[in-house]
Amino acid sequence: MVTEQVKHTSNAARGVGKVTVMDGNKAAAYGALLSRVQVLAAYPITPQTPLVEYLSQFVADGALKADFVEVESEHSSLSVLHGASLAGARTFTATSGQGLALMYEPYNRTPTIRLPIVMGIATRDGISPQCVWGGHQDAINVRDAGWIQLFVEDNQEILDTVIMAYKIAEHPDVLLPVNVCYDGFYLSHMADRVEIPPQEIVDEFLPPYRPTHQILDPDNPMSIDPLTPNELFMEYRYKHLQALQRAKQVIADVDQEFASLFGRGYGGLIEKYRMDDAEIAIVGIGSPVGTARVAVDRARDEGKKIGLVKVRALRPFPREELVEALRNVRSVGVMDKNVCFGWGTGVLFMELRSAMLGVPKPPATVGFIDGLGGSDITMEHYARAIAIVDDSANGLAHQEITWLGLEEE
Amino acid sequence: MAGNLKQLSHKPERLASGHRLCAGCGAPIIVRQILSGVDGPLVIANATSCLQVTTSVYPYSNWRCSWIHSAFENTAATIGGVEAAYRALKKRGEIDEDYKFMAIGGDGGTFDIGLQSLSGALERGHKFVYVCYDNEAYMNTGVQRSSATPFGAWTTTSPVGEIGQGKLMGRKDLTAIVAAHRIPYVAQASPSHWKDMVTKAEKAFNADGPAFLNVISPCVPGWKYDTELTIKLAKSAVDSCYWPLYEIENGQYKVTYRPKEKKPVVEFLKPQGRFKHLLDPKNKQLLDNLQAQVDRDWEELLRKAGEG
Repeated sequence: MVTEQVKHTSNAARGVGKVTVMDGNKAAAYGALLSRVQVLAAYPITPQTPLVEYLSQFVADGALKADFVEVESEHSSLSVLHGASLAGARTFTATSGQGLALMYEPYNRTPTIRLPIVMGIATRDGISPQCVWGGHQDAINVRDAGWIQLFVEDNQEILDTVIMAYKIAEHPDVLLPVNVCYDGFYLSHMADRVEIPPQEIVDEFLPPYRPTHQILDPDNPMSIDPLTPNELFMEYRYKHLQALQRAKQVIADVDQEFASLFGRGYGGLIEKYRMDDAEIAIVGIGSPVGTARVAVDRARDEGKKIGLVKVRALRPFPREELVEALRNVRSVGVMDKNVCFGWGTGVLFMELRSAMLGVPKPPATVGFIDGLGGSDITMEHYARAIAIVDDSANGLAHQEITWLGLEEE
Repeated sequence: MAGNLKQLSHKPERLASGHRLCAGCGAPIIVRQILSGVDGPLVIANATSCLQVTTSVYPYSNWRCSWIHSAFENTAATIGGVEAAYRALKKRGEIDEDYKFMAIGGDGGTFDIGLQSLSGALERGHKFVYVCYDNEAYMNTGVQRSSATPFGAWTTTSPVGEIGQGKLMGRKDLTAIVAAHRIPYVAQASPSHWKDMVTKAEKAFNADGPAFLNVISPCVPGWKYDTELTIKLAKSAVDSCYWPLYEIENGQYKVTYRPKEKKPVVEFLKPQGRFKHLLDPKNKQLLDNLQAQVDRDWEELLRKAGEG
């Protein structure tokens, strides 16, 4: 399920699109536009707000033939999409931070009634003390609600992943909602080169949504979300978990298909970078991976045999893929832009540790927490992290978790 | 319009028998009356409530139409989404038939926790009928006070004791709040006046925009009365002007039923255990207070309807 590849090659001539510059919110809006969504519902919240404006403009211009429901809260935005998805429409929304917190109830209901809704999260740290800036805590906090959560690295990946998300969500083996998580401000507001794929090739890739599993069809009336007895409830949960596991293959397959049409893929669940002969590795998620690539290149220039693994899917968690990717390294540094309350670590660190349990001769793992509340993740931070990973590979004493930028001078 | 009882009785029942609501519950009577005012394909969103939980116990469903349990506070948003999808798909020629949309919730789900999403959906102009079956407390969780609970009423969270004598505050005038959204059709109805209710349901479903029906729904365990009194109590609420029947059609108020003789509110209260303490002479002040509230609201309604 894992492919080594170079990003942004354009060897698939048919799928080559117009190259332009846009921020991450606009890239997400283009993803929804090209996916021909039929019902939108969204409520503005920093740093997602421009996305709501872009989508409104698309509808006003007639470019996007969708019904835009301008709701009075995030709770209603997702509730509106529940009704719309059940009526057979392809739907889109996006939110962030407090908005996601307010959405908690319908957020949990979305996957458990198996609605293939796609929702962007312009990730933001949360919630107090007041902080409008980036961080992964909002999306991380709801990782166990049953959605598929894909984290992206740059604006091109936002656009492409929104399109892929529909194909994954609506796949009959999956039928689950997908979050496309992109870093608030670092991606949402940062202008970047983005290629807009041609509509006709997107149409070829993504056929119209035709629901059969849950549908409000008066000719065949269904009562949806009835009071459900205990054993059946357990069966539904089991099937839901199975669907999330099946989604691993679907995510990988959809990525391959996308790459073959559009000339760029993202590795599926994870992407490996310079891992072939790596002895130590960095594991990261989201936009900080972009910085990590440069840090790894520099360390390579200094002779360190280091590679990078980017986690795209936090849910389903790419357990086997990570074990395989890190099989030959001696030490791994996990970069978390979130915290795992009660463990004193980051969440990705905890989950990687769990994945490694029972693996013969697992690599040493050290964790790093950085970039909370929108603080900068600098090249110096990465240099420090890489030095610690190197030390741990050589059996030198190290602490389990290092808060980069908070260390005493 | 509504036709006669015989004609209505031949209409297919969209709420089948076998539900698990209490004997004497007002809610299924109300639903049947309202659904006899609408023909053709219908989608219903149902807020978490007694009605919802007793009509959809898997593997059974009492609903002979498309039905979705939303959550508690988002029923109007959910049906708004269905209606938005219908419009979007119809515009593309993917749907031919004309559909109707209805949301239904209790007073807790409407007056309180669902008020925001109701207001949003009304303001956005979704074409749907919202029905509140108002039994004046959180009955599904076992009789806790809501903002629809009247002054002086006992509930488990406005109990009667050494100091407490029921709810200290009056009820919210939700019908007026909804009317302030200037939607095409708003009405209050009662299951005791079936023809009035069916006529209002027909008007609501044919309104050019959102419509709202606020319906009083006697509750045997919550109001504490004998099972057979449901319709009599509903009638008594109307005859005492505790629950006036009126409509607001495109901003015009109209009292649709004016009792020949306005009965004292105590006649409505008497059979109900929740008001028992108000009949104690030491609480005469409270009873007078409740009567004064009813009189004030009735006179205000008559003024608005140009009948004052």
